[in-house]
Amino acid sequence: MKNIVKLARLSWRYLWSRPLAAVLNLLVLTLGLAAITLVLLVATQLDDAFERDLNGIDLVVGAKGSPLQLILAGVFHIDAPTGNIPLREVRALQAHPMVAQVIPLSLGDSYRGYRIVGTTPDYVQHYAATLAEGGLWQQPMDAVLGATVARGIVRADRAGEPMVGAAFVGSHGLGGGGHAHGNHPYRVTGVLKPCGCVLDRLILTSTESVWMVHETDMATDAEDLALLQAEREVTVALLRYRTPLAAVSLPRQINSGTSMQAAAPAIEVTRLLRLLGVGADVLRAFGGVLLAVAALSVFIALWNAVRERRADLAMLRMLGAPPGRVAGLVLWEALWLAALASALGLLLGHALAHGLGWALQAQGLLPVSGLVWVPAEAGVPLLAALVAALAALLPAMQAYRTDVADLLGQA
Amino acid sequence: MIRTRGLAYTYASSGVVLRFPDVDLPQGGTLLLRGRSGSGKSTWLALMAGLRGAGSGDLFVAGTQLAAQRGAEIDAWRARSIGFLPQKLYLSSALTVADNLGLVYFAAGLPRDDAAIGRALAQVGIGELAQRLPQQLSGGQAQRVALARAVLLAPEVLLADEPTASLDDEAAADALALLCQSAAACSASLVIATHDQRVVQALAGAQTLDLNQIVPPRLSGMPS
Repeated sequence: MKNIVKLARLSWRYLWSRPLAAVLNLLVLTLGLAAITLVLLVATQLDDAFERDLNGIDLVVGAKGSPLQLILAGVFHIDAPTGNIPLREVRALQAHPMVAQVIPLSLGDSYRGYRIVGTTPDYVQHYAATLAEGGLWQQPMDAVLGATVARGIVRADRAGEPMVGAAFVGSHGLGGGGHAHGNHPYRVTGVLKPCGCVLDRLILTSTESVWMVHETDMATDAEDLALLQAEREVTVALLRYRTPLAAVSLPRQINSGTSMQAAAPAIEVTRLLRLLGVGADVLRAFGGVLLAVAALSVFIALWNAVRERRADLAMLRMLGAPPGRVAGLVLWEALWLAALASALGLLLGHALAHGLGWALQAQGLLPVSGLVWVPAEAGVPLLAALVAALAALLPAMQAYRTDVADLLGQA
Repeated sequence: MIRTRGLAYTYASSGVVLRFPDVDLPQGGTLLLRGRSGSGKSTWLALMAGLRGAGSGDLFVAGTQLAAQRGAEIDAWRARSIGFLPQKLYLSSALTVADNLGLVYFAAGLPRDDAAIGRALAQVGIGELAQRLPQQLSGGQAQRVALARAVLLAPEVLLADEPTASLDDEAAADALALLCQSAAACSASLVIATHDQRVVQALAGAQTLDLNQIVPPRLSGMPS
């Protein structure tokens, strides 16, 4: 053990005796590891988010259009919906013998970029979300805030003030910037605890609230209002099958026999992940190329170091150091680089993931954070050590075979 | 002590065989190893240090029969028993003077003794240079560092290869005196490989092994 410490200390001195080469190698290795860390963090968090948000949803029904768009809008709330569907058709689905549960979602408004979703308490129960304060909506225009929404609003302008009881006015459209529904303010009745799911980013209210806001805004007179009320719509319906057999026939029935579109999340998300996977593969390949360059760079640096230090190494052998200890010096130099690059690479990878998460969150997209640790990251130092050890192998062997007699015989 | 009997070495690449005269050097004695360049001085020193294996013959150095030793044993033996002052000094430019001496402990697998390093440097008159880098030293100072390194573990045999080469007369006399003094301080047998007449004259009473006198090398397999 003492010998290992001595070896490590001496190799550290040798490493920094050529500071420029050490810093450049460190930089290249760090960039490669940071890219791989970033991919691991983002891919794992996106996979987790998809899995969590999709859990228990067998079918998503909405207006005809892109099925992927329907899933993105109806489940993950990161895209515009394909349109609305008639309420009566959704009710018909509710009565279908193969359907266990239907959760209707009505979209269309937002507050400060956070989507207002008209739904039923089943939506909250589906994700097993619980209240941090207050209660669920009891009547139209009651609203419950997701944890991220509440944090965002408190941070923006309600620091120190209670959220429950606060009033706000939604604006038309999902991206913000639409006209305000000033005649219909919402009143916050509760705030959800963080669930790590899509509800964190939503403002929930009853479906009736959304109808009320839009019907009274759109209707020109009482007759028009009655007409709108008779033709009520929702945006999306999330379905849970009563029987697995439903997966075979129900989507086809809906797609061919109604004005609606049914999209199976499992299929669409697989497509989406394949698309995202290309990006992740490119980034991973980029990290791999950087690592290969780093390995080559470390190899060249160590090879040159061994050549430059041939006399030092020979002298060590002359002084009685066994060949293994001399080779160990070279190997340790590479391992020092690996250790430093791992720490810096992980740090940089997390910083980049955090920056990316911040940018995604600003656009209301999926949550990604640099403040989480994914188990696969434990492989980053191992990968670095492997790359460094491979790069050091030949130089270490060269050091091992140093012919001390030849060298010391030179005048 | 050094005792050789029928010592010969064959160069693997050329097949040239060197046959060395027998040597009996008592503990604390001095041997001048003379010969022109290429006469085999470095090879003889390498044999004494266990860096090369003898082709034939018996070789006892510092009480050890080297032929009976394995690689790791020879390394450990060399660390304990042999001090070496090479013609090129091979001080690591990445390390301070004190750390260069610290390599002796690292190589031998021993705990570093800073007090002993300080004493060794003081003994050769450069105690104040411990924290300097080799490139900040004069040639004479660097040679003293190499000498301090060679005698740090009080070896039984001290091998010096051309210790006065490229030194002026005064510096050569100083270097030689210091070398003899350092060897005497640890009662080491001293071997000086040289073709410097100043050394030969200064150590006129020393035992001599003249490699110029040995049978000229011949290629093995060729008719003699």
